Amino acid sequence: MGIEFRRVTKTYPDGTRAVGDFSLVVPSHSLTVLLGSSGSGKTTLLRMVNRMVDPTSGQVLIDDADVAAEAPVALRRRIGYVMQHSGLLPHRRVIDNVATVPRLNGASRREARERAAELLAVVGLDPSLGSRYPGQLSGGQQQRVGVARALAGDPNILLMDEPFGSVDPLVRIELQRELKRIHTELRKTIIFVTHDIDEALTLGDQIVVLRPGGEIAQTGAPPEIVENPRDDFVAQFLGVAGGRRSLRATVRDDGGLSISDSTGRPLGILEALPSKAPGSLPGG
Amino acid sequence: MNHLSEAVRWLLDAATWSGPTGLGVRTVEHLQYTLVAVLLSAAIALPIGLAIGHFGRGKNVAVAGTGVVRALPTLGLLTLVALFTGLGLTAPMVAFITLAVPSIIAGAYSGVESVDPRVVDAARAQGMNGWQTLLTVQIPLGLPLIIGGIRLAVLQVVGTATIAAYVGAGGLGVPLFLGLRTNDYPLLLAASLVVIALAIVLDGAFDLAQRLIRRLPGFA
Ligand SMILES: Nc1ncnc2c1ncn2[C@@H]1O[C@H](COP(=O)(O)OP(=O)(O)OP(=O)(O)O)[C@@H](O)[C@H]1O
Ligand SMILES: [Mg+2]
Repeated sequence: MGIEFRRVTKTYPDGTRAVGDFSLVVPSHSLTVLLGSSGSGKTTLLRMVNRMVDPTSGQVLIDDADVAAEAPVALRRRIGYVMQHSGLLPHRRVIDNVATVPRLNGASRREARERAAELLAVVGLDPSLGSRYPGQLSGGQQQRVGVARALAGDPNILLMDEPFGSVDPLVRIELQRELKRIHTELRKTIIFVTHDIDEALTLGDQIVVLRPGGEIAQTGAPPEIVENPRDDFVAQFLGVAGGRRSLRATVRDDGGLSISDSTGRPLGILEALPSKAPGSLPGG
Repeated sequence: MNHLSEAVRWLLDAATWSGPTGLGVRTVEHLQYTLVAVLLSAAIALPIGLAIGHFGRGKNVAVAGTGVVRALPTLGLLTLVALFTGLGLTAPMVAFITLAVPSIIAGAYSGVESVDPRVVDAARAQGMNGWQTLLTVQIPLGLPLIIGGIRLAVLQVVGTATIAAYVGAGGLGVPLFLGLRTNDYPLLLAASLVVIALAIVLDGAFDLAQRLIRRLPGFA
């Protein structure tokens, strides 16, 4: 399920230009991260895929078919969408929220609930939470329910809009690992929106750095972007310019190397050196 | 004070309520008129109001239209319609429905509009079509205000239903107008007290229903 954005633009009725001339190929089964600061058009781009937003010009294609030709309701039922806010229905139990799409696709209530209960486990929630209402969950738990709901229809495409924004760092790392697993096991095509650089570097097969106004600053695999930021904007955004990605090593008393960035912030311990090490480490 | 105590004494007499033209029959008639008028009004007004709320269109027309309709004097309307339909229930029903429809329309669109737009957006994003969004999200979550509109309509009609007797129909207007014509103040007062009591009881019932709904999960 490859996705292609072909020269899309979006100008909202009030004149705000959210996306300007954006073209991108999201290969089948890849995890592509849209990385950009607030207001750079990430949500707008994501919602073009399931036709919650129609582009002002240009096309979005799924497997070479223009989404504009497909009925929005059918399209949305086959695309999983995790919203930036949890977007759960407050008057329905958690289990029934997760069961929404299977129910819409015609599953019986029992089947849908069984599937929903499995998915709660997949996202690491105790199945007993299923009988609660969204208002009785923490923000992080609600976000996980949102992920479970998006997976429930077994979609080939998953759109995730800052899905881990309100979970604590430990859980976040766990969820990122879980997402990686889901991605490799279930081979879904995922577009993942975040403004967290480390999250982008952790998850992305491909990272798209956006400038304000929804234009691409750089596209590439994580190492390419870190090693060769195309311009000052990308460098600034990744923290390369601020020295956060220039690392130095110091020898520890009990052996080994301790790594810090150029501002002196300790990052960790060096565990492995390349077998063909360069003659001398800079500064070491 | 004398009239009042006489009225109360009369109301407490079991004989007052019995018989084919007793107060019991009149009260039941009164409630029937109210029920039928509000049901017919809801059948007309709920689809209109819900559509306005769902599509976000036509509110200006509705507001202007209800303004005009509300300015109509009910008694005048009743007399006018009765000139064409003659005596009986048709003319009062037209008057009651005219009274009730604007309140129910307003309650329905305010109810739908009151639902958090992000929740509606989420429902659509999961693949609900317009009907599914309306029936499973907008109506349930808008219910307190939708019922509020019906509550208002019921109160307006129950208070006005006395005028049915003006054109020869039944209800609590019968003893009321009789008392008025014959200068029987205790009778007039007693009939009014029953109307007031009905209004208070019905209002209390709706109040309870709205409170119970608001206590369900999902209602802020
Ligand atoms: N419905 C709308 N009407 C008008 N302007 C909008 C609308 N939705 C978004 N915008 C504007 O379009 C621009 C891009 O918005 P978008 O929500 O896509 O950004 P984002 O990258 O997702 O930001 P964030 O990280 O804060 O979620 C912003 O300037 C925003 O104000
Ligand atoms: Mg956003």
